[in-house]
Amino acid sequence: MNVLIVDDSKLARMALVKVLARSYPTWTRKEASNADEALELQQEFAADVVLMDYNMPGRDGLALAAELRARNPAARLALISANQQHEIIEGAKAVGAVFLNKPVSEPELIDFLGKPETVAGQDAR
Amino acid sequence: MAAAELTLDELETDALTELVNIAVSRAAKNLREMVGGQVFLSVPRIQLVGRQQAIEILGEQGMDRLVAVHQLFEGELTGRALLIFPEARSLELVRAVAGPEHSLEDIIDLEQEALAETGNVILNSCLATIANLLHRSLKVSLPEVIRGTGVDFFNLSPPPAPGEVVLFLYINFTVKDHDITGYIAMLMDMPSLAVLKALLSDFIERVGGTEI
Repeated sequence: MNVLIVDDSKLARMALVKVLARSYPTWTRKEASNADEALELQQEFAADVVLMDYNMPGRDGLALAAELRARNPAARLALISANQQHEIIEGAKAVGAVFLNKPVSEPELIDFLGKPETVAGQDAR
Repeated sequence: MAAAELTLDELETDALTELVNIAVSRAAKNLREMVGGQVFLSVPRIQLVGRQQAIEILGEQGMDRLVAVHQLFEGELTGRALLIFPEARSLELVRAVAGPEHSLEDIIDLEQEALAETGNVILNSCLATIANLLHRSLKVSLPEVIRGTGVDFFNLSPPPAPGEVVLFLYINFTVKDHDITGYIAMLMDMPSLAVLKALLSDFIERVGGTEI
């Protein structure tokens, strides 16, 4: 499984990597700090799962999600933001992305990602 | 204390930006509910600057005459939070919050109270999120509406020590379908900055630490 993490905050990426490394140790992870970088990466790294922030410099997470959806209808997309405005949640739904509240909790992330590979991950559920 | 040497490293600055981003994003939902239009936020900017420079940054935004809702916060961190608008736009905000059915006269009457209440909701929401994420509590003063220029806002009582460096963070917002634009700014003095550094380090450890 390939997972792409897109957030301009290094700390936010670290928080997601922490859960991924613990519960999905065999998944291949790549990180990008903005939408353009993510789209460039996506050309050579076909992500099955993309976790993306909403508020980033340049294009926002919704624009990125729409572009990723157009390129890969089967990808599982999550938009992660503390900004729970109706338009953003609806915007995520419209492109088939799940909205996760930031900071995202480990059980919520695992619910989105699916059955963990490890016991540590299962304990977090 | 050698205040001039106190700075935040890259990851601490990142953590603080993320913290503010989460706080303001949550507050944006409250503002959206109050004004009935989508609120767009910029990415926060965080800088350690002299007061003069902070004044110049506000000046660069073409904001001359300003109105602000101002609240002091106290606890392990001490500073002030401001919700700032160009003065010419404040009635537009009040109109958006109060609804279109009011006359201009009513809007003018309501202005002070509506600004204070809007500021109170937004700033408290931001500060509460920051306090919760840092596992600390902050006591927040009642809102005060002030008018003037950037110079006035950065020289509010208690007066700053000359040449004092402040942590200046701000985020720009606009409201869809309304001619409303403003800033949320926070100012923290140097003694708080040492505490903030320690709190950020704990926050980083909790959120991103023990990576495999």
